[in-house]
Amino acid sequence: MKSLFRKLRDNTLLPFLAFIFAFFIGGIIIVLSDPVVMGQISSPGKFLTSAGAKIGNSYLAVFQGSVFDINLSRQSGLLHGFYPLSETIVTSTPLILSGLSVALAFRSGLFNIGAQGQFIFGAIGASYIGFNYNFSPVLHVTLAILVGILFGGIFGGLVGLLKAKTGAHEVIVTIMLNYVAALFILWLLKTTVFLREGRQDPLAPEVVPSARLPKLLGENLRIHLGIFIAISAAIFVWWLLNKSTLGFKFRAVGANASAAKTAGISIPFVTTVTMFICGGLAGLGGAVHLLGTEYALAAGIAGSLGFDAITVALLGQATPFGTVFGALLFGALQTGSRTLLSNTGTSPDIVQVIQALIVLFIAAPALMKQIFRVKKSFADKSMTAKGWNG
Amino acid sequence: MSLELKEITKKFGALVANDQINLKVEKGEIHAILGENGAGKSTLMNIVYGLLQPDSGEILVDGKLASINEPSDALNCGIGMVHQHFMLVPVFTVAENIVLGHEKSKRGLLTLDEAKVKIASIAKEFKFEIDPDALIEDLPVGVQQRVEIIRALMYDAKVLILDEPTAVLTPQETDELLSMMKTLKAKGTSIIFITHKLREVRAVADKITIIRLGKVVGVTTPDSSQEELASMMVGRSVDLIPNKLNVTPGKTILAVTDLNIYNSVGRKIVNNITLEIKAGEILAIAGVQGNGQSEIARALLNLEEHVDGSIKINNNEILGKSVRDSLRDGIAFIPESRELDGLIGSFSIAENLILDTHDLVPVAKQGQLNKTYIRENAQKLIKEFDVRAQSIFDTASSLSGGNKQKVVLARELSRTVDLVIASQPTRGLDVGSIEFVYERLLSERASNKAVLLISSELDEVTALADRIAVIYKGEIVGVVTPDVSREKLGLMMAGIN
Repeated sequence: MKSLFRKLRDNTLLPFLAFIFAFFIGGIIIVLSDPVVMGQISSPGKFLTSAGAKIGNSYLAVFQGSVFDINLSRQSGLLHGFYPLSETIVTSTPLILSGLSVALAFRSGLFNIGAQGQFIFGAIGASYIGFNYNFSPVLHVTLAILVGILFGGIFGGLVGLLKAKTGAHEVIVTIMLNYVAALFILWLLKTTVFLREGRQDPLAPEVVPSARLPKLLGENLRIHLGIFIAISAAIFVWWLLNKSTLGFKFRAVGANASAAKTAGISIPFVTTVTMFICGGLAGLGGAVHLLGTEYALAAGIAGSLGFDAITVALLGQATPFGTVFGALLFGALQTGSRTLLSNTGTSPDIVQVIQALIVLFIAAPALMKQIFRVKKSFADKSMTAKGWNG
Repeated sequence: MSLELKEITKKFGALVANDQINLKVEKGEIHAILGENGAGKSTLMNIVYGLLQPDSGEILVDGKLASINEPSDALNCGIGMVHQHFMLVPVFTVAENIVLGHEKSKRGLLTLDEAKVKIASIAKEFKFEIDPDALIEDLPVGVQQRVEIIRALMYDAKVLILDEPTAVLTPQETDELLSMMKTLKAKGTSIIFITHKLREVRAVADKITIIRLGKVVGVTTPDSSQEELASMMVGRSVDLIPNKLNVTPGKTILAVTDLNIYNSVGRKIVNNITLEIKAGEILAIAGVQGNGQSEIARALLNLEEHVDGSIKINNNEILGKSVRDSLRDGIAFIPESRELDGLIGSFSIAENLILDTHDLVPVAKQGQLNKTYIRENAQKLIKEFDVRAQSIFDTASSLSGGNKQKVVLARELSRTVDLVIASQPTRGLDVGSIEFVYERLLSERASNKAVLLISSELDEVTALADRIAVIYKGEIVGVVTPDVSREKLGLMMAGIN
């Protein structure tokens, strides 16, 4: 038990410190960017009070916008007070899945920058099944999800296959395939199959109700079954990595490919299968996002999800549950930033600054070690992407 | 010049690497420092050379207190060091490497003339040959080492520290180095000679200081026997020559015919090798590192990509199979680099013990690891192979070299195999672990396994092998029995039969 606790502490300490420090720097930036507060700098007492109030209000607004809004609950009932939390979870769900995709690849020593493209292909597959057919409810949504996984999986597996057969570096291939996916969806939405009747702009028809993921807490809150799918996927990835023989191979290749090869583990096999599963996870993210939140396929379906996924996986130290927490945190920050400007006058861009700072600090463990004078070495906690020689 | 260390203490956290070490090196003396890996020899020398600072203690040069905070201070005091891993730029010439860091220029252009003259005069003084315009990468290792020594002498080193200088040399090159050390000594240079090779110590040293666990445990002279030196070094009596039982070789296990190995650009690394190992027999491939023996070991496991010829185990052709199937065909493989190929540093001992059996019953069932079996297996094996670790869940990287090797041995020898391939199995190990490895390999032989031993250590090869195949530039120079003389073996390793 002691070692479990220590493991937990070692794994969470760095992200936690990075988080705290990013909010600290974020607070300074909030003050610096507010001309009213800065105008009071000549009288230190007044300046400190209003700077403190400004920072406090801004972060409180982020919390209100992402977890619980007391005003909303007074107006329309306690449950509705959790509207922000529902929004946070809706935003986080696809992030969890695409984050898992990146995290699993990391553990096999691969850098999957292609979650974006795999996500798009998953959404395309789910959308097609969703609007083009009519099945009974449970069957329809299940089928749509499976096709989403398959589309994403093939799009990811292709990368693995290319690397295994030709040695093409997965970073370059996934970056390129992201462009392919982005342009492919634009073209696809102009075809007669996908373009919604009577529309000129690239938008597909909404999926029929039988293909939609059920809402969990009534029609007013957008939270849907997807969050449970995402958490199940995290449990699956945890099982895969820690309990299965396949995951053992993944981890072995990720930690020391040379020793894994000497022990008879086939690296081309691991590369291909890993990328297929990673693609499947991101594809599941696309399917769930489409079937639970968006319903209609649009060119911007993925937003910047595929890239936030990398950040989230880093934040979660490439562990499945760390990734879930990372995604929830990022979902909360993004959701909370929506009301920031109207409530406090603070620019919502500050949230992006904080996100970027978190990543920066996690990527520089030595820096955090110095700042917080932590004895325990973080050196072995830094992420193990193999760069260009992997 | 004389060098004296007084009460040098250096701690790394709780570990006391150097504990009040006293050492005196007189002018024109070869002073050997003998100790196992991790005894604190390198720490001490890094302190003398200014790479580390002692926690307490003094360094006296010619009786005067010297403050050495970085290597340049050491150089100014006349202390030079030749590291175990050479600090040379392979694509530079000898002269360029020697002036590196002290370049002279004329009208903004590098000038080497002065350096070349000086190199020539040093070479003449110490009676060796060197071409200042040769590229380092074209030179044999022994000559590269000479470049390092010249570099130290160029900047007037009066005390020369040689850190494990013979580890990379052929027996002939070793002899040349030892005689060069004697010449240097005759000219008044003091030498600190760090090593764990007893024979060399007894051949050249004037005084021997033995360090164990960070402490000086004795100062002696070369008159001490190898056994005495070894037992001081290890702290108990050791068996340097293992007990070899008589085993009648059985049927042929491994038959390699006309094996050729090419590197990725198509150059031949191993040329037409044919060899055979019978059950209950140890065949050693002896040779200086880099003559193709590592590739042979890898090729037998199908880890090399460009191979032709035939490799038969129990009369079944295995060439071209996957690594996994080759292992299944009855090969235990102890790789040359345990850190790189033998173990996964971030994995636990228990996980490392199932690296090549993780998806077989009983380690796994229906695609899921059997954690109970893995734990029990690890507990059994670390007892059987005497792996010193706090827990089977410790990472492999936290183990000492000897214990790492024991984990590899435990994994490979606990499988049912017919052929054991051991590539440099004692490299970098302490005397105690070396003993253990020898015992294990001999017990494999006694239980009628075929053993292929690949080694550059002459003592190891002659102590263990039934037959010795000497390799030079990818070809077998000859096959001899272990009663061959060191001189003959040394000549063969240099390609002369």
